[in-house]
Amino acid sequence: MINWANFISQCFNGLVLGALLALISSGLTIIYGTLGVLNLAHGAMFMLGGYAGWLTYSHTGSFIAAVAAGALFVMLVGVVMERVVIRHFYKRPHEDQLLVTFGLGIVIVETVRFFFGSLSKTVPAPAPLVGITPLGFMFYPTYRLALLGIVAVALLALYVVLYRTRIGMIVRAGIEDSVMVDALGIDVYKVFMLVFGIGAMAAGFAGIVNAPVVSIAPDAGEAILVQTFVVVVIGGVGSFPGAVLGGLIAGEIISITSMFNPGYSYVMLFVAMTLVLVLRPYGLLGTAGRE
Amino acid sequence: MLRQRPFLVEALTAAGLIAAPFVLPHLGFTPTTINRILVWGVFGIGFDILFGFTGLLSFGQSAFFGTGGMVAAYLLTIANFPHVVTSLIIGMLVAGVVGYLVGLIALRRTGIYFAMITVAIAEVFFFVEFNPLAAYTGGENGLPGVPTPSLDLGFTTFHFDSDTSLYAFLAFWYFIGMVIALRIVRSPVGAVLRAIRDNPLRASAVGHNIHGYKLTAFVIAAAYAGFAGGLLGVMQGFMPPDAFMFDTSGQLVMQTAIGGAGTLFGPLVGATVWLYLSDFLQTTLHLGAAWKLVLGIVFVLLVCFLRRGLIGGTADLLAAALGRAGKTAEPTEKALTAQDERKAAAAADAVEPSHHATRARAGERGAAPILEARGLTKRYGGLVANSDITFSVLPGELRGIIGPNGAGKTTFFKMLTCEIPPTAGRILFEGRDITGMTVTDVCQLGLTKSYQINQLFNRLTVRENLTVAALAELRGKFKLDLFASPEKVSRLDEHVQYALALVGLSERVDTPVAQLAYGEKRRLEIGLALATNPKLLLLDEPFAGMSPRERTETVQLLKSIRRGRTMVIVDHDMDAIFQLAERITVLHEGRVLVEGTPEEIKSNAAVQEAYLGGVQAA
Repeated sequence: MINWANFISQCFNGLVLGALLALISSGLTIIYGTLGVLNLAHGAMFMLGGYAGWLTYSHTGSFIAAVAAGALFVMLVGVVMERVVIRHFYKRPHEDQLLVTFGLGIVIVETVRFFFGSLSKTVPAPAPLVGITPLGFMFYPTYRLALLGIVAVALLALYVVLYRTRIGMIVRAGIEDSVMVDALGIDVYKVFMLVFGIGAMAAGFAGIVNAPVVSIAPDAGEAILVQTFVVVVIGGVGSFPGAVLGGLIAGEIISITSMFNPGYSYVMLFVAMTLVLVLRPYGLLGTAGRE
Repeated sequence: MLRQRPFLVEALTAAGLIAAPFVLPHLGFTPTTINRILVWGVFGIGFDILFGFTGLLSFGQSAFFGTGGMVAAYLLTIANFPHVVTSLIIGMLVAGVVGYLVGLIALRRTGIYFAMITVAIAEVFFFVEFNPLAAYTGGENGLPGVPTPSLDLGFTTFHFDSDTSLYAFLAFWYFIGMVIALRIVRSPVGAVLRAIRDNPLRASAVGHNIHGYKLTAFVIAAAYAGFAGGLLGVMQGFMPPDAFMFDTSGQLVMQTAIGGAGTLFGPLVGATVWLYLSDFLQTTLHLGAAWKLVLGIVFVLLVCFLRRGLIGGTADLLAAALGRAGKTAEPTEKALTAQDERKAAAAADAVEPSHHATRARAGERGAAPILEARGLTKRYGGLVANSDITFSVLPGELRGIIGPNGAGKTTFFKMLTCEIPPTAGRILFEGRDITGMTVTDVCQLGLTKSYQINQLFNRLTVRENLTVAALAELRGKFKLDLFASPEKVSRLDEHVQYALALVGLSERVDTPVAQLAYGEKRRLEIGLALATNPKLLLLDEPFAGMSPRERTETVQLLKSIRRGRTMVIVDHDMDAIFQLAERITVLHEGRVLVEGTPEEIKSNAAVQEAYLGGVQAA
């Protein structure tokens, strides 16, 4: 028997998870779309955001400082990574890019493990957002509700940057044709660095704002990376709207399946991915040729 | 190189496997570590065929490793099946079947999509193993009590129950696995796999069903993984659930990259380094969990600076030390000589038996056209690239197509070779409707093209390049002769020699493409098309980027190969086209402007108008 209150609350959970996945996937997808590099260290960026925030929180006690630190630190790491390593891989085959980002992901995860150990850490939600909120028909944890808002705002900010600013226009043009952008006299390398930073920041930000919901551990990024891949395959690589749509679909699938049996959530996710691959090989909102 | 001493690699492998248990312990390897290296080695052979030879980087091999291992372990423990080797083989077969099904999905896409899909699928297997199938797999506890194998010799039974005897068991299977893999990579299928790795587009354009071959490589890799998974359970007496983890796939990828992909032995070397360092860092240096950080850094550095891994790096060093690298690196271009042409003519007479001769005879005027386009139209949104083109070529004809920039020549050519489907209209080849067919099928029928931008198999030699193309002609688009030697493919060498002689590369046979001069690459580009033995050859800007001397040579070359062939050439180089073609079609603004002999075209006012944009009139 389906418990309707439970069902609605799981739908909400799916929405929160979906929004989070949408944000992380947007980061992955704009990096891939612009630079042509699939960043396998993206999950590690998510985890790193959580740790940077946790460390800041344990020193300052301020959640807002933690969020700022998590996002900015990961952006910095992304920029450094792009300058020092990734830049030399643009002209190398896709396989090399996958190998090196995979290796960098391991280095990040193991560095965190080296300094902070394997035990999970928690960051409490800020005081005003602790507790539950009555929604009339059910009670829902306040922070999760707030999280939905926070992530929606972040997605909106990303949207504004991508679609309403000059730099966003360059990035979107770069997704279509980076050679042309280069030919127009725009320093694509600077744009690439910035995009890598913004993409990484999206993951880092998601990592810290999610910390009050799911405790952080060095391995936390791995599962997120896999889910992000499914999101991107469903939504279409290089597509920001696709990442948002794919994220919401994946979030709902995971949450609703978990209500019946968590063991099948990945199976259902996979079924959805397969369906998309069979029916719309380039993803729901993707276009051919971005591969 | 390897072919001259046929069993050298096999013999060295056997010698190495026999020597290892006597040498490695002195270097600080424990017996368990040595056995573990072999399991990873078997796992890696299959993966290397997939990644190193076919160019498909999968991060999901744990799914098959775990599946094969769990099936074998389940049979040997819960199901009480007594025979170890049979269980291992069943595990391998199941993994292969699962690999086939997964491959059908994962290979729908290539590149990064493929990598992402394999990761996702492997994760599904992990969760399924842990939860829904826990009754069969032991869930998070795994399956303990996997028995060791024994060999019934009739008079006595030998038990492989110690580390040393297990080594013999594992080494035996590694050897078998290696021998099979060597056969596969040396077979015609192996040649096609390498071609797919280097240039999938061209591999399908010369007539190979690359999807079928990729799926084959995927299944082979899954089968090796499944067998290795079974060996892991037998070796440990326990089938661990973490065989299914993403870490397993990741470790395999890293070990292969460290050792050197595309070598078959790379994964074994990589596993040796990996497991040795992990032991050394943990037990001798007491680094604890930091060992993986050190290995991660080592891996990143290797990918950055030693792309070909330890084996590739060593080979490069050796080559440099022997001074070979310096000598071969400088491209020395060899022009076509009169001798080449004589050779080509001789080869042509020798090889050109069957259909070429008959076709040449059929080439008289009045015969049915070999290629016909009716009302061909291509629209991109509102843009009309080609509009209602009707065009036909007679057998034996040499047709030129010219037109100012933006006339729609390239689009028209792409439609003729079925690279892009027309919006409207039909294409008939030898009277048969080929509209909507694939490039591969059209090439198998005898229509292919040489590309404007070289599409070669860059890491292969000249001979290997032409072999790949000739194999498509001789074996059809898909054939699973996994264990055949290429020498067994009848008339292969003839075909390759013929193509070599035609394009004048007979003296560069063993040179890798990367070391050829531009003009030579251009000739090889045409040679690839010729090696598929086309009835109709389309040449897309064969003179693109050529120096005047190279151009003269290429005109010579095209003249020499035209005997008994039908050719259509598109180029900007009007002089060359006027020299070569008997009839010329002029395209302008997506339509046929005029068609006629070179003289007629030269004096045609409409053509001059199209090219000069009416300047004369003004």
